[in-house]
Amino acid sequence: MALRKFLGGIVLLAAAGAGAFYFITAPQRLPAQTWASAGEPDLANGERLFNAGGCASCHAAPGATDADRLVLAGGLALKSPFGTFHAPNISPDETAGIGGWTLAEFGDAMKRGTGRRGEHLYPAFPYASYARMTVKDIGDLYGYLKTLPKSASVPPGHDLPFPFNMRLLLGGWKFLYLNEAPRVVLADASETVKHGQYLVEGPGHCGECHTPRDVLGGLKTDEWLAGGPNPEGEGRIPDITPVEGKFGDWSAGDIAGYLETGFTPDFDSVGGAMVAVQKNMARLPKEDREAIAAYLKAVPAR
Amino acid sequence: MKFRTLAVAAALAVIGAGVVAAADEPQVVRQGMMKKMGGAAGALAGIAKGEKPYDAEIVKASLSTMVEVAKTFPDQFPAGSETGHETEASPKIWEAMDDFKAHAAKLGADAEAALANLPADQAAVGAALKTIGADCGSCHEVYRIKK
Repeated sequence: MALRKFLGGIVLLAAAGAGAFYFITAPQRLPAQTWASAGEPDLANGERLFNAGGCASCHAAPGATDADRLVLAGGLALKSPFGTFHAPNISPDETAGIGGWTLAEFGDAMKRGTGRRGEHLYPAFPYASYARMTVKDIGDLYGYLKTLPKSASVPPGHDLPFPFNMRLLLGGWKFLYLNEAPRVVLADASETVKHGQYLVEGPGHCGECHTPRDVLGGLKTDEWLAGGPNPEGEGRIPDITPVEGKFGDWSAGDIAGYLETGFTPDFDSVGGAMVAVQKNMARLPKEDREAIAAYLKAVPAR
Repeated sequence: MKFRTLAVAAALAVIGAGVVAAADEPQVVRQGMMKKMGGAAGALAGIAKGEKPYDAEIVKASLSTMVEVAKTFPDQFPAGSETGHETEASPKIWEAMDDFKAHAAKLGADAEAALANLPADQAAVGAALKTIGADCGSCHEVYRIKK
């Protein structure tokens, strides 16, 4: 009898724990009125964010160039220690893509990692960075994506082993790692540095590769932009903080120039996954690249 | 005493031979070739950015270096040179040698085209460098691993 009571207690506690877990970690939506302030989309700004975010690098067909890079049919396989993700179709096709999504649904995906059916999205889609984007910018990007060509292509689903195939667990991940706080606090930052901070920490999602991750796949924010092993395979992602004798020797002009031309100060060239990033960065207005450079000179060396 | 001197001399000779051999290793040769390529790109970039005055001879020499290096660069990847000497070569080179060679050929052809129609001012040098820089990147995207 005592044993039964004890076991019953355990079951109750477990149920309560699971309930609390779900309550704390259920997929979230932002209040619907959040999006009212977005206003009419500024398509030119939407395109700028499209390039800053490098949407095409994952969502266009692998190797797509020129006009093809605007067809966001998805399909790119993104390898990770947790399994292989396949980028979804985010073209404006009503069935295969996100043509039927409202701005609120799109915004919840961008800022809260919540899908249209109220499911958790995997953070391979870097919403943990996009959470820092403004409502206006998300509205502009949403408007711009609507203007791109439709694709009816349906990419394969994610290929993830147990337990990573359980989306419910992502609520715990978000509880630990999803927030809108600045990654670094910079005293007396100039407007240029602040703009760079927004681009790097938000839409540019630079830290997703350039910051090392812990065993749960969360960013080690105390090693912000310090580089680390390439999560996609061989080699290393470089430290892009101003460490003397290394990246710190690059001037702001060197950094902005690299993002524009792909050449390092000693005329090595961009390589690996950064090639696609640099091509996107080259499409940005000059002042965006200069702002990114100013921010990278301002962050603490790690 | 004499034996010790001899032994040290012999050891030094072995080390010396090692250094000489290392300089001939394909990994080291191709690293040197890439440095040369970077030097040529740097000379063009100086002009393109307006840091150096336009000089037709420098433009010509830099493009010639690029043509020359691109021609023989893919020959420096024999079997057995996949690792060692801090090589940043990706194993994909040996899996797709023809494609790798095609990348080098594209660079060579672009540099040759620029040479045939020599960029005549700062802006033209910039345009040529943009084409060539894209060739550098498209090969390094797949075939180089930064360590």
